[in-house]
Amino acid sequence: MRAFPIIRIITKILIPYILLFAFYVQFHGDFGPGGGFQAGVILASALILYGLVFGLPAVQQVAPPRTVEKLMALGVSIYAGTGFLTMFLGGHFLDYEMLEHNWLTDYGVPAGQHLGIFLVECGVGITVTAVMTMIFYLFAGRRRVT
Amino acid sequence: MSLLIDFSILAFLVVTAVTIARLRDLWAAIMFTGIYSFLSASWMLVLDAPDVAFTEAAVGAGISTVLMLGTLKLTGNRIPRLKRIRVLPLVLVLTTGLILGYGTLDMPHFADPQAPIHLHPSPSFVERSLHDMHGLPNIVTSILASYRGYDTLGETTVVLTAGIAVMLILRRDKTPSSDLVGKDSTFGASTK
Repeated sequence: MRAFPIIRIITKILIPYILLFAFYVQFHGDFGPGGGFQAGVILASALILYGLVFGLPAVQQVAPPRTVEKLMALGVSIYAGTGFLTMFLGGHFLDYEMLEHNWLTDYGVPAGQHLGIFLVECGVGITVTAVMTMIFYLFAGRRRVT
Repeated sequence: MSLLIDFSILAFLVVTAVTIARLRDLWAAIMFTGIYSFLSASWMLVLDAPDVAFTEAAVGAGISTVLMLGTLKLTGNRIPRLKRIRVLPLVLVLTTGLILGYGTLDMPHFADPQAPIHLHPSPSFVERSLHDMHGLPNIVTSILASYRGYDTLGETTVVLTAGIAVMLILRRDKTPSSDLVGKDSTFGASTK
């Protein structure tokens, strides 16, 4: 599809905005609509659009399959790790109140529930992006079985 | 005006669904499922659920359309027209449809403030959320990530599991099933 200039240029113009929207939905999720899952699928759809127009090798250069594979598990680990962190700090599993702190709040690092939800949503976002991208790679990488 | 939008979206949904069922060209059918997803996304937006609308637009209309087109590339893109109408499946489908339709009669009316979902337990969440979350205004996020953190952890694990399952089924090995081919060919050679 690289041969069609309109598709190529519109894609190049649109992708940054799709990525920006994904990050907006991710990091603004506790104030506006959205959250990890929504941001994940929007981010993955930007990658898939790039792959559709510029080919599988091009998108795999941006997000190598080996990395995407590991990110799938990393997201869930961040989520569960947040739970274990709060247990380590003396609370229950996923008890975000334990993350209440006074250091670094001046620098914009949130505390308590806010930080917990932020971390958990990051985990969801990473896993969803990686899984969606990986499924696209697998479907696009198949050849016709004769 | 809002009622007009509601009814036109629902009418378009019905028309699209019937069209998909009647199409024999799978490529066109996939395009229509994309349209169906966009209409559902609009419907979700009308129902004040923008986050569900995002998801429907990105997954239903975007990613799954691409995946179905990818599948189509690997298989054929037409299904044969049925020679005659078979009675038993038609009766089964109609009966199930009627039972489901009958079931909706017990459901609360659209936007009914007395519906069970609006009486319990969401009011307590709405009242407590702002205080519990130290001022985070989005109740949906606080319910998903905090009140029901376990649930969302489980959902994320389901997404991971689905990804792993697809990898196991579709991944091409570096050495394409060399073991099986090797054994087969030696077996074939020994019988000759």
